[in-house]
Amino acid sequence: MRMNEIVPVVEMTDIAIGFPGVKALDGVDFRLFQGEVHALMGENGAGKSTLIKALTGVYAIDSGTITVLGEPKRFSTPGESQAAGISTVYQEVNLCPNLTVEENVLLGREPRRRGSIDWKGVRTRTREVLAELQLDHIDPGSLLSTHSIAVQQLIAIARSVEINAKVLILDEPTSSLDADEVRQLFRVIRDLRNRRVAILFVSHFLEQVYEISDRMTVLRNGKLVGEYLTRDLSRMSLISKMIGKDMEALAELDQAPARTRASNGAGVTPFIEAKGLGRKGSVSNVDLSIYPGEVVGLAGLLGAGRTEIARLFFGADKADEGSIKIKGAGQRIRSPRTAIDKHIGFCSEDRKEEGLIGELTVRDNLVLVMQASKGWARRIPRRVQDELVAEYIEALDIRPANPDALIKNLSGGNQQKVLLARWLVTHPELLILDEPTRGIDIGAKTQIQKLVNKLAADGMSILFISSELEEVLRVSDRVAVIKDRALVAEINNDDVSVEDVMTVIAGGAQ
Amino acid sequence: MKSLLKHRLAWPVIALAALLLLNQVFKPDFMSLRMQDGHLYGSLIDIMRNGAPTILIALGMTLVIATRGIDLSVGAVVAIAGAASCAYIAASPEPGSPVTAATAVLIAVVAALALGVWNGFLVSTIGVQPIIATLVLMTAGRGVAQLITGGQIVSVSNDSYKSIGAGYLFTLPVSILITAAVFALAAVLTRRTALGTLIEAVGINPVASRLAGLRARNIIWIVYVFSAVCAAIAGLMISSNVTAADANNAGLYIEMDAILAVVIGGTSLAGGRYTLVGTVVGAFIIQTLTTTVYTLGIPPEVTLVFKALVVITVCLLQAPKARNLLSRLKAAPKPAAQEAAKEKVAI
Ligand SMILES: Nc1ncnc2c1ncn2[C@@H]1O[C@H](COP(=O)(O)OP(=O)(O)OP(=O)(O)O)[C@@H](O)[C@H]1O
Ligand SMILES: [Mg+2]
Repeated sequence: MRMNEIVPVVEMTDIAIGFPGVKALDGVDFRLFQGEVHALMGENGAGKSTLIKALTGVYAIDSGTITVLGEPKRFSTPGESQAAGISTVYQEVNLCPNLTVEENVLLGREPRRRGSIDWKGVRTRTREVLAELQLDHIDPGSLLSTHSIAVQQLIAIARSVEINAKVLILDEPTSSLDADEVRQLFRVIRDLRNRRVAILFVSHFLEQVYEISDRMTVLRNGKLVGEYLTRDLSRMSLISKMIGKDMEALAELDQAPARTRASNGAGVTPFIEAKGLGRKGSVSNVDLSIYPGEVVGLAGLLGAGRTEIARLFFGADKADEGSIKIKGAGQRIRSPRTAIDKHIGFCSEDRKEEGLIGELTVRDNLVLVMQASKGWARRIPRRVQDELVAEYIEALDIRPANPDALIKNLSGGNQQKVLLARWLVTHPELLILDEPTRGIDIGAKTQIQKLVNKLAADGMSILFISSELEEVLRVSDRVAVIKDRALVAEINNDDVSVEDVMTVIAGGAQ
Repeated sequence: MKSLLKHRLAWPVIALAALLLLNQVFKPDFMSLRMQDGHLYGSLIDIMRNGAPTILIALGMTLVIATRGIDLSVGAVVAIAGAASCAYIAASPEPGSPVTAATAVLIAVVAALALGVWNGFLVSTIGVQPIIATLVLMTAGRGVAQLITGGQIVSVSNDSYKSIGAGYLFTLPVSILITAAVFALAAVLTRRTALGTLIEAVGINPVASRLAGLRARNIIWIVYVFSAVCAAIAGLMISSNVTAADANNAGLYIEMDAILAVVIGGTSLAGGRYTLVGTVVGAFIIQTLTTTVYTLGIPPEVTLVFKALVVITVCLLQAPKARNLLSRLKAAPKPAAQEAAKEKVAI
């Protein structure tokens, strides 16, 4: 291999990092070459993000060496690794939302003229960089917050182009993008690869990994499994390397069985029935019913208004038009509190801002909704808490299985499982799941899909939102298609294909 | 040892111990306690007794700060409580009777409840920023206190009332016992119920808390009422100790000391995780500082500078950046370890 003859841009040898009670990385080797896209693979909690944080100076390494272009380095702050040409785009975009695009691209490196910022120069330079990435459609003077997450990510990448990064790290960049946006991101990634930038990429979507990566490194439980050329490794063997089981054991990982459709024949009252539901500046005129034991999927492009509908159902935003009936009786859902009292649960897509209580433990986070419903005076007895937590840690395979761990120290996928469990313990009658499998590894994803099946079979109503159409189709009985902040079609899910739904999304109302 | 050092209370406790030792060096009988007429005396007792009002107020302040709030009105509440009770006693037909004293205490506490509800209303229902909301009462409150006292210093002579701040029970000053009782109450109230966790949840992530169905409004109300009641008890103590209500000076700047105590104790002004024990240690540090200034014979003019230095040091030691720097100097590992240390649940 030609790659082996040249010096890697980054070489990490025998890296170890331990946290109290967890060996997050244990003797891991990792190499990254110029002009390659390298996928870092592994289950939730395998140590991917930790390896990245070791490289970017967020965590100090306990042992091992890091060299950049053959030179030994020891980064103790993110600034130092950036100065060495390593640029990182985290899943939560770390830019300033209230600054403009150009300010973000050039923050701290603005061209100056006699001491003060040369704004004309800023504009020109930003235009150049955006043009290089064929992102000319982005207005440099617009506020960052006015753009979708996808565009914000592209702007973060533009920033790394501006600083001439040799290495670009993308930790789960695609988990909140739709197909089009992923295509655009991949175009930019390929473009950078052609310019000899080394790209490190993390994603739980195998399709994407196989589409974009040249090589991959697989981690399991903080240990290195191996480094492979993507084209030499079949999907099956990749999966078995990630989960550390034989091919046979993979059979049970098979896709969740297709739903047997719930009956919602005449005479059955829907659990919830929305008529003309809407809110100024959000969605309008939504008619949607969900029957007991039924899974309704919401399909649509990012920004189409899926989350907005969920928020109206849950009272996170107040509807200012239309009506809601619950079990046939007219109701007003004024706040999440009222929604929960009516047995509605809502697992938000925005884990960090709307889900986690970061400094509290897994236990506290898991029983939070239940405790909030009981009120502060009636504390759930510790014994009951422990039982519940143990039950769900086991059921959802939350790792580390330590109720006292601070939730912010869990890996992304495991945090998601705790948040899901937070609602499951309360046994809601309607559970709204907004991107419940985001950032979750393939094994756990199937597990959650099966769980949705089972909950519905036990009579729960479920509103399932996901950017992945395949997943929506796999779990739902009915699919409601959202477009431009309105519900444009409802499709009964018998033998509907992804293409069918795509056509509806593209074509508008039927 | 290393892990002990990383406990969130480590630095405040070390600072307090160092201060006490310093005093011991300059005043060999500093730590000694003696019994006289069945009362315990000594510098340590003095520190606790003089620090009692600050501790009380700092306890209330801790919970307020944990919800991302702040209560600047505590000094004014001290003044109002003292003024109301003393004015009542002075005007009552039996200014010396225990019943009058008890009624006076009741009046002060009820007034505090009302003031706390007012603060809570502004913050939680109207949505005024805590610093502004409590600033209203901070400035207006002293005016109210002056109205009550008619601008005079109101002196009272009532033995029952006097015992709150200056009396003894079971060999210990009553003020220390009251403070200990309030501390125990706060600890039990927050940790035996779910209040503590919910307060922290609201402080750490209000948006997520709301979506989890938490009634943040009630919780915010509770902490401001608790803070006001603590301030009122402190006000009773202060006025009882000098058997007079001074609307202008009672509890002046005490909010600053209380906030400092909270911060020195290790509760972040950003809200979230709090520690009542830390706050008590913080309040002791502040009180011991004052004592130290006298022990060392530092001229009073220098006192404030001296205080400021110690406060800055402790705060620096707690800042994550400074901690990182320190641990790097010692070539110790990463921030995560410190976070894990914080994990230890403190009351
Ligand atoms: N700051 C920390 N303190 C304690 N433990 C931590 C910390 N950061 C990570 N860990 C632990 O280290 C392990 C590896 O976590 P990491 O975030 O690297 O996983 P990951 O491979 O990125 O997983 P995911 O796919 O879920 O994002 C996990 O067990 C996690 O709980
Ligand atoms: Mg991760």
